[in-house]
Amino acid sequence: MELLSQPWPWWAGGLVAGLTVPVLLVLGNKHFGLSANLRHLCAACFPARIPFFQYDWKKEAWNLFFASGIVIGAIIASTWLANPEPVQVAPQLAAELQGYGITDYSNMIPTQLVSWESLLTLRGFILLVVGGFLVGFGTRYAGGCTSGHAIMGLSDLQVPSLLATISFMVGGFIMANLVLPYILAL
Amino acid sequence: MAEVQVTEPEIPVLSPETDFEVRSLDTMCINESQLQHPWWHNLKYLVWGIIFGIAFVKAEIISWFRMQEMFRLQSFHMYGVIGTGVAIGALSVWLIKKFKIKTIYGESIEFHRKKFNKGQVIGGLIFGLGWAMTGACPGPLFAQIGTGALVVAVPLLSAIAGTWAYGYFRDRLIH
Repeated sequence: MELLSQPWPWWAGGLVAGLTVPVLLVLGNKHFGLSANLRHLCAACFPARIPFFQYDWKKEAWNLFFASGIVIGAIIASTWLANPEPVQVAPQLAAELQGYGITDYSNMIPTQLVSWESLLTLRGFILLVVGGFLVGFGTRYAGGCTSGHAIMGLSDLQVPSLLATISFMVGGFIMANLVLPYILAL
Repeated sequence: MAEVQVTEPEIPVLSPETDFEVRSLDTMCINESQLQHPWWHNLKYLVWGIIFGIAFVKAEIISWFRMQEMFRLQSFHMYGVIGTGVAIGALSVWLIKKFKIKTIYGESIEFHRKKFNKGQVIGGLIFGLGWAMTGACPGPLFAQIGTGALVVAVPLLSAIAGTWAYGYFRDRLIH
């Protein structure tokens, strides 16, 4: 239990992410891809006669079960396997974030940025609302996210997935290094 | 004989020429199963989701800080996660193809080639921007809510709105 409560090494996370590919395939010929759930939720709740959302989302219900399991797993991990120690962060990052008033490392999600209070600030609104919108718009435009392209697509040696993955990283590097400093300074 | 006028409004259907995703390119499951199962068969995906969720929280894949480290080349952690994931996934896919492994229901496992379209680059860049802002891709968005950060429901709803907006403007976007 002690061992499980400590942060797990990178290879443990990679092991589960990688094993998800054969597990879903063998369980039912399903392809790993989490952002598809956002589309299924649109198709289920607000199809609005848009052709893109006219399909039988119930056939994809397995993926919504999978996503629900992730929420339950996260509840279990944070309730019974929580690490009481502060999050360890690269010193250069901590130094940079301190300049923006981000000093709380009690949680993997910085409460000074991701909280209801923060949501009412311009900085928090941009990060959460605009950021979330870009995630949903971009993943569907790209036809997949980190799971569908970077893990599943690359595992199947798909060239379009490699291009998508490179694009994800380029976008992330641009935001984190060139744009985010201005947003965090707000 | 008088012709019967159909007054019921028709819902437009995606044509194969303009459909870049439905059952062809998207990560939504493109494999049609002929088998019908009761709903509770889906619980096996829920069980793996629980294991997945625990691992993603404990290995700090849901950490906003880990994403920032990755995009600043300040830590190997996320590269290790993705690299291990791809290595194990690729080995599994290779084994499944090589030994023609079937599903637990005895169906053959199918793979489909994805076709290139410009959306993968343009959309990929847009997603990358959002990923570094929220510090979460879609999977971790679900997991973060489970850790008690209920405010993450806001970026999740926003992401659903983004997906909806893509569906709405799809025909006018470059692909």
